Amino acid sequence: MTVSFWLNGTPVTAEAPPTRTLLDWLRETRGLRGTKEGCNEGDCGACTVMVTDAAGARALNACILFLPQLQGKAVRTVEGVAGADGSLHPVQEAMIARHGSQCGFCTPGFIVSMAVGHLHGRTDHDDVVAGNLCRCTGYAPIVRAAEDAANQPIPDWMRADAALVEDAPEAGGSAPFAPKTADELADWYLDHPEATLIAGATDVGLWVTKQFRDLGEVAFLNRCEDLTTIEERDGALRIGAAVNMSDVWQAMKGPYPSYAEMIRRYGSDQVRNAATIGGNIANGSPIGDNPPALIALGATLHLRRGDDRRDLPIEEFFLDYGKQDRQPGEFVEAVTVPLGAEPLRSYKISKRFDQDISAVCGCFNVRVEDGRVAEARIAFGGMAGVPKRAANAEAALQGADWTEATVAQAARLLAEDFTPLSDMRASAGYRLESAQGLLMRYFHEMSGRPVSVLEVAP
Amino acid sequence: MTVQKPLPHDAAPLHVTGQARYVDDVPVPGDCLHLCFGLSTCARGRITGVDLTSVSEAPGVLAVLTADDLTHANDVSPSVHDEPLLADGEVHYMGQPVFLVVAETHLAARFAAQLGRVTYEEETPILTIEQALEADSRFEGGPVVWSKGDVEEAFSGAPHRLSGRLEVGGQEHFYLEGQAALALPQEGGDMVVQSSTQHPTEIQHKVADALGLPMHAVRVETRRMGGGFGGKESQGNALAVACAVAAQKTGRPCKMRYDRDDDMIVTGKRHDFRIDWEAGYDDEGRLHAVEFTQYARCGWAQDLSLPVADRAMLHADNAYLLPAARITSHRLKTNTQSATAFRGFGGPQGMVGMERVMDAVARERGLDPVEVRRRNFYRPASEVSATAGSGAEPLKEGAVHEGGDVASRGASGPVGSHAIEARGENMTPYGMEVTDFILHEMTDRLLESSDYAGRKQRIAQWNAENPVLKRGIAYSPVKFGISFTLTHLNQAGALVHVYQDGSIHLNHGGTEMGQGLFQKVAQVAASRFGVPLEMVKITATDTGKVPNTSATAASSGSDLNGMATKAACDTIRDRIAECLAALHQTDAARVRFEDGEVKVGEERMSFARAAQIAYENRVSLSATGYYRTPDISWDRQRGQGRPFFYFAYGCAVTEVAIDTLTGENRILRADILHDCGASLNPALDIGQIEGGFVQGAGWLTTEELVWDDLGRLRTHAPSTYKIPACSDRPKVFNVDLWDGENFAETIFRSKAVGEPPLMLGISAWLALMDACAACGPNDPALDTPATAERVLAAVKRARG
Repeated sequence: MTVSFWLNGTPVTAEAPPTRTLLDWLRETRGLRGTKEGCNEGDCGACTVMVTDAAGARALNACILFLPQLQGKAVRTVEGVAGADGSLHPVQEAMIARHGSQCGFCTPGFIVSMAVGHLHGRTDHDDVVAGNLCRCTGYAPIVRAAEDAANQPIPDWMRADAALVEDAPEAGGSAPFAPKTADELADWYLDHPEATLIAGATDVGLWVTKQFRDLGEVAFLNRCEDLTTIEERDGALRIGAAVNMSDVWQAMKGPYPSYAEMIRRYGSDQVRNAATIGGNIANGSPIGDNPPALIALGATLHLRRGDDRRDLPIEEFFLDYGKQDRQPGEFVEAVTVPLGAEPLRSYKISKRFDQDISAVCGCFNVRVEDGRVAEARIAFGGMAGVPKRAANAEAALQGADWTEATVAQAARLLAEDFTPLSDMRASAGYRLESAQGLLMRYFHEMSGRPVSVLEVAP
Repeated sequence: MTVQKPLPHDAAPLHVTGQARYVDDVPVPGDCLHLCFGLSTCARGRITGVDLTSVSEAPGVLAVLTADDLTHANDVSPSVHDEPLLADGEVHYMGQPVFLVVAETHLAARFAAQLGRVTYEEETPILTIEQALEADSRFEGGPVVWSKGDVEEAFSGAPHRLSGRLEVGGQEHFYLEGQAALALPQEGGDMVVQSSTQHPTEIQHKVADALGLPMHAVRVETRRMGGGFGGKESQGNALAVACAVAAQKTGRPCKMRYDRDDDMIVTGKRHDFRIDWEAGYDDEGRLHAVEFTQYARCGWAQDLSLPVADRAMLHADNAYLLPAARITSHRLKTNTQSATAFRGFGGPQGMVGMERVMDAVARERGLDPVEVRRRNFYRPASEVSATAGSGAEPLKEGAVHEGGDVASRGASGPVGSHAIEARGENMTPYGMEVTDFILHEMTDRLLESSDYAGRKQRIAQWNAENPVLKRGIAYSPVKFGISFTLTHLNQAGALVHVYQDGSIHLNHGGTEMGQGLFQKVAQVAASRFGVPLEMVKITATDTGKVPNTSATAASSGSDLNGMATKAACDTIRDRIAECLAALHQTDAARVRFEDGEVKVGEERMSFARAAQIAYENRVSLSATGYYRTPDISWDRQRGQGRPFFYFAYGCAVTEVAIDTLTGENRILRADILHDCGASLNPALDIGQIEGGFVQGAGWLTTEELVWDDLGRLRTHAPSTYKIPACSDRPKVFNVDLWDGENFAETIFRSKAVGEPPLMLGISAWLALMDACAACGPNDPALDTPATAERVLAAVKRARG
């Protein structure tokens, strides 16, 4: 397989199997060992690189990034963050001056994340580096460095990649299948129903790096442009399956700030920049964070098999643990999210606030008219083998007075809706209790009381 | 002077550009092979069959080794030879290395390693503290008991008594650079090993044993680690030995690095503890007697567990003068990863128990917890006459150790060493007079600078107005003993060369794991020669340059290696001075080294010129330096003596917020005042304090290790094991250094800083307990790690 892209401003061609990761290729084939392997699963950020395509520059984890995903793009590693003449990038200068490195192993990843944040003028430093773990510094000096660098000009070379990718080369003949349209994908997938579809590879990447799974035939979806659009029509947002979570985050900030806040904590910049909403739905995980919100919103899922399309309420897609309502050769094409559900709130419980998988994710959309519940949609992740609505709790609320007592009664009924499991993230008992707590939180929040520890100022 | 300057880490420019090399980054010869262990899938049992056919036949595999293939010592234990490199008939935990794959690439080795088919006759594993107690599965026979005073009498005379139980979770090191080693075979069977280790001498020793060679045939080099935290004191042995053995067998360089999941599954972690406590006290919360029973879960092999458990006992008093105390320590053997050194080395667990007592007593009495702590503090240094130096360490006679691992903390202590008897009134439970206690003054200043009293009041008011969220605030002190408790490890060497151009080559026995040791020691060297820091080249730790080193551990790195380096520099300096004095017919005392120059009376010359003159006059410009810590002696059998040269102090006030509906919680603010003596480098020291606090708070909050009923570690990757992320640090984070100097004669009167600040994180856990206590009248009894789940349970307990 042949892939052509730019590496630190220089055109390169890689010959490798389709599941060769960028990290291994950089370190082992190119001898560029500044990019580090910390976890090999996209959770520590030591391998962060900057990837630029027509949509702009973003930070990605090289350890779960397959080479074909880079066709026609520009990669910049820590070695390319300093200028060709050796002059340091402002974030590098600041990290030295502010004592932002100790053991130094996570530092290259931080430098790249910070340089990308700097390029985009971002000042939400905690979010910019949420996907970079440091075990030495306690992060305080790193944030000081990011703050110092924020006012410094962007070095010319950091903008150079954008111009390069305007003239992206086509993939060579031996490249794996990477359709440019959903039609192309639909045709091919009908003929290759056993193939593995790879969108962001934040999940599939681990099948390779950790489970040594043979993916068989693969298709890369990242060039499928009509799957990456978000359209507003008829009071709804139609979100293409390959829209990455960074773009979903941006799209939700206006209509659904609570959902957007949950996405802020979903993975990290590096993960959101790769992960797609379609992937998060299609893999059917009971702890994916989009499905509960989409269920609470009454979203519609659009599936496609060849030229056959069907729509279904998204909750009906999740049949059982590991089992979705998807036929061979059928794929998720888009999801439509109705707008205007102002009462939507999305809550995520995890051991750590940022970049952690939910123990419980609760999403609430209760419309109250004249003090009575007109419509209640409540969905949870992490409480069953599938993301699921809380039917009993919803029924108890339907038509009831919107009071603490009725909500508490509905919360008790969650015990009839769910029989959660115990695992390393939480016990069954805590899952149920915290789910009940989240429903009570929803009541308190809608009543105007402070409910988020994240919003308590020191 | 170059010391005391807040200079950046010497390697910072290399870190930020990706040029800093770690073991896996070192360019290797093209024929280098890569290794991976095949791991046990059974927590306890006898191996009944090993089928490695698919492993051998996997692409890229050159060899697969089992215990039978090892020609010399099958042993990577740092203590009592109970830890084979490859399982020898039996397995003792899920994740134990059973076979070793040697392959052309790292991926090929990993792929092949999972194809092994090993069958076991399984036995019921002993996983928990209860199970170990029931099975009487222990190290060191029965429990170790140390005491002070007449405990029964003191309890019976106490007006109030309170008791409880605390569960304290372990901690994964999560150094960002996983374990790694590289062995390069040399002519004549010699071996050079590059290892990510805190203890190159230990690696040298274990590799030599495994190859059947004397130590002089093995040279170990360590330039830097991507974090250590104690996790690379003994846990690198297996990789280095595996590489050396495979390199000897194949004649080719061999490299091994653990994939992160393997790293977490194979290697030891911080010991989890259960602590049963009882306190007798008066109306004012003054302690009359305390009893602790500490149960340490040590895992399957002894490793460093005995000194870890000892240090937990040694810090059970934390900062408080206990009239009577009894500390009982059970060292329990379980079929889990062999728990090992982790920053604080048992000290944190000991202190957590004591701070729990302070909190419970204050709450029961309705007193301010800071006031109760102050009442129980040791008496201040100003009121205690110094007795330091009252006794010299007696010379040892002959071999006092069993086994050959004298350079490890896992070595058994000398039997019958005469401990110094202390008779003062400021005495620890282990009979050491505390003569340098400065927490009274430090606490005063911190409470004022953090506005503790005002905030406590405002928090109470805020809590009254907020039904869902609650805040909490807490103060906690740290008194941490500095020295290896195994007395003979308190020694260090250095090697310094001055070249004829005046440039200086510095080497010492300490290793760099991010703490800035190399920079601090280079600052010492530059200061002694009066030259700018750029004149000093810092070089990799190398067993061929400085032999018989101790682990860079116990916070001792700059104390020991700084002093050894000073001695080496002073030797050369004195030689140059004597030479110049003779040439100028003056006294050597009139030769001064400052401002990059050498001044002989009124004459000045560059340091380079002075070096050149000395060389031309045939003066040796190379010297070794050596240091051994004075005034320490320890009898661990009796639990009596003066194990520490001095104490390092610190205190913190931390504020948190909790959600009473879910237990979610967050650190809002931390104020810290820490004692580094006369800091060698305030910037690096503040870095250690900030990082230590966050790591300590992580241990006590989000970092939860979970094993299932089969003994499988379920939290073996960063996806499931959650160290603090950027936003978890306190949003307001004020760190100050106490502006004193060490009473003890340390290098430029500085103090050790590696471990002590970790225990400042205890204040975060206490603050969470304070917030839980705001929910109801009862004791929240918050166990650790205080995950959202445990906080919610504590809220319910507080409500009753």
